[in-house]
Amino acid sequence: MSSPSDHHHVMPVRTYLNVFGALLVLTVLTVVVAFFDLGPLNVAVAVTIASAKAYVVLLYFMHVRYSNRIIWLTAAAGFVWFVLMLALTLSDYATRGWLPYPEAW
Amino acid sequence: MSHDASHPAHLAHHFDSPEQQNQSSSLGMWLFLAQEVMFFGGLFVAYAVYRFKYADAFAVASGHLSLFWGAVNTVVLICSSLTMALAVRCGQLGDKRGIIRYVVATMILASVFLGIKGLEYAHKYEDQLVPGPQFEYVPDFDSYSVPVTAETADPNFAGHVQLFYSFYFVMTGLHALHMVIGLGLMVWLIVKAAKNHFSSEYYTPVEMTGLYWHFVDIVWIFLFPLVYLVWRH
Repeated sequence: MSSPSDHHHVMPVRTYLNVFGALLVLTVLTVVVAFFDLGPLNVAVAVTIASAKAYVVLLYFMHVRYSNRIIWLTAAAGFVWFVLMLALTLSDYATRGWLPYPEAW
Repeated sequence: MSHDASHPAHLAHHFDSPEQQNQSSSLGMWLFLAQEVMFFGGLFVAYAVYRFKYADAFAVASGHLSLFWGAVNTVVLICSSLTMALAVRCGQLGDKRGIIRYVVATMILASVFLGIKGLEYAHKYEDQLVPGPQFEYVPDFDSYSVPVTAETADPNFAGHVQLFYSFYFVMTGLHALHMVIGLGLMVWLIVKAAKNHFSSEYYTPVEMTGLYWHFVDIVWIFLFPLVYLVWRH
């Protein structure tokens, strides 16, 4: 087993400030993009930017980048199960009315 | 297993080493956060279904929220995540005063966030946009440039707007409740730090509270565009 310092990787303050700066830039970007009419792409862009922000928070503020694989697995499981719940639910609600009901069986 | 020789006070008897204890805490915290993803996830999925169904109502209702205060609160919360991350870093270095300094800074920023949220809620209450018997919304087709569509002309349109506000208050309210719990955890951290319970070998409570706080930040990162930025163009 390795020493505690391997698992408690101390990142320089500069890394935290860079992540902080990236989060601010992405926040400004998501507000600016919202003022352009992109049709259905607006929500896609907003969720993509939010996901990018969440990703850097996970990797650096939450130290996932320096955590062991069972932590990666747990974090990924939360994400995968949420996407599964969203995708399967919307595959029902979003596709209702695409096909006509049969008039007779 | 290099830690067996010493048996520090913070090591519980059912763990072999401080390292194993810390990893158990981390795994437990991450499992809790994965559960929290499901907890908030149900609301996000319900929101997605109704936003898909009542797109115009959600767009119009979102337009009544204050983008300015929503954006300010986003920045405040990102700042609080930075200060919390630096508090954990001070924990790694065994800097007790640094832990207290950055946790206090995080608490101040969290209080600013909750104060702004409270003002926003009060404003919505004055505008009678809180769901319930007092809720009153009359689509103003002239001044708010509400488009006349099949959906906005629906007699139940105001009800659909009310539904958006139900999501708004439940989701932001639940998020705010998490922040209040986080503030309680931070008071506990300050007490423990002041009693010299932390060292560079043991700062697990600071680390776990940090994980919780960043998770709360991530929830807001998704809430902000979904609640405030539906219809700004």
